[in-house]
Amino acid sequence: MIDFVTDPLSQEFIRRALLEVVLISLAGGALGCWVVFYGVSYAAESLSHALFPGLVLAALAGIPLLAGGIPGIAVAALAIALIGRVPGIGRDTAVAVVVTAFFGLGALLALSPDSPPGIQSLLFGDILAPSDSDLLLSGILAAAVLVSLVVLHWRLLAVAFDRTTARSIGASPALADAAVLMLLAAAVLVAAQGLGTLLAVAALVGPAATARVFTHRVPTMMLAASLIGIASGVIGIYLSYYGGVAAGASIAACIVVAYLAALAAAGARELLDRLSLSGDPRPGVAR
Amino acid sequence: MVILASASQLAAGYGRLPAIEDVTFEVDVGQRVALLGPNGGGKTTLLRVLLGELRPMRGTLEVRGRTATVPQTERSRLDFPVSALDVALMGALPRLPWWKRPGGADRELARDALERVGVAGRADDTFGDLSGGQRQRVLIARGLVQDAELLLLDEPFSGLDVPAAQSLESLIAELAREGRGVVIATHDLRQARRWDAVLCLNHRQIAFGRPDEVLDREVLEATYAGAIIEIPGSDHVGVLPAHHH
Repeated sequence: MIDFVTDPLSQEFIRRALLEVVLISLAGGALGCWVVFYGVSYAAESLSHALFPGLVLAALAGIPLLAGGIPGIAVAALAIALIGRVPGIGRDTAVAVVVTAFFGLGALLALSPDSPPGIQSLLFGDILAPSDSDLLLSGILAAAVLVSLVVLHWRLLAVAFDRTTARSIGASPALADAAVLMLLAAAVLVAAQGLGTLLAVAALVGPAATARVFTHRVPTMMLAASLIGIASGVIGIYLSYYGGVAAGASIAACIVVAYLAALAAAGARELLDRLSLSGDPRPGVAR
Repeated sequence: MVILASASQLAAGYGRLPAIEDVTFEVDVGQRVALLGPNGGGKTTLLRVLLGELRPMRGTLEVRGRTATVPQTERSRLDFPVSALDVALMGALPRLPWWKRPGGADRELARDALERVGVAGRADDTFGDLSGGQRQRVLIARGLVQDAELLLLDEPFSGLDVPAAQSLESLIAELAREGRGVVIATHDLRQARRWDAVLCLNHRQIAFGRPDEVLDREVLEATYAGAIIEIPGSDHVGVLPAHHH
């Protein structure tokens, strides 16, 4: 049994994968709570897709993936902002146009005959093969996200609580939105390099949505989301090690299973509460 | 008399056309000012101008005191996971630079404020789980943490039962006795008659002054545009209650 746990740990690539998953989960879980509260899950998905050509170019050039991802995401954000200003085109449409265009461009680059093999892994990630520089950059970005969330916590909280009166207590909704989107871009960069551009959004939204089911305060929700992310990541990597299945997909599957389990548990508890209430023998208790 | 806020020929609104016009009034220290008017008549707009969220289009407005708002809580997110103490503590944010978090002293202030408004026992409960009256009190506590000299209450009595409304009214009276100015949007004429001044607003200002001087039938008809009933067996007129959807 102990061998079952320790055996994978003797492998260098598994230890690196676990470190990567912890970094993704810390930043993604904590920030994911604000993604849920600010209703920007679609933006999370879009950013991670629009990042794809940047990652492909970095892989082709042989530089750290994030070095391609950062300008890639900036260009995508700029394109969305510009196209959104064209009269008659809504923001939603602008996002859709930019995302499909960028994603198509990335696919074109990745699937051309000249591309080195394995570049398709950018779509689904390669959590088992982060380089030193990948890990270092992920660590820096994750730390920046977490520190920002600690510093900005009360302003983000005030805006999410009541957007209409936030300004009267010194919290600007526009600045809070901008901060959440910038941090989101950073977290997407971290998550995409491990889980790929298609699965990154799972690590950002899934654990937070799960934590929301059973927590009642924002800080505990952020902590719970990070822990759920880490647990899903570790289990996913072990599944991949022993089952010979794709690591990124296993992790995403674990995140989804955790969410479904939390929903089922909450539903069961509510049902039990109702049953015990309807059988409540105390007289005169108003329902 | 120290004046906390004064407006002269004020007009304000959202697009090109003003939602309120010709508004001239003042709020003095220790005064309770009723803001009367139909739904959509500009009460919330006036409160937003006083708060500094909207700029006057014409006229002048001077607000000399720190101002806090007590919004209608149905508009905030009641499922949001914050405690009553968290909400009161948000009142510390205006005096903190953006990179600073509220500290122990602020937390103490917030607890005192909750105690002061009579909801200390529910400090750690989720805001959305409180009753309507308790939520109003927590938001007033947030205003006290802001150390507001001018409090703006947007229909604080809507949805409250009689005991909750009565105890909220006596809390408002206490706040005024401490020297705070309180502007209260309301539909309750009888309350308004007990306060120090009344401002009748239906897109433009109909009247401003002491309730016994201002609240006559003519003013009320102009304010509520006909939605007025006579209360049988009394000299008073009443206003048909506003519909809340």
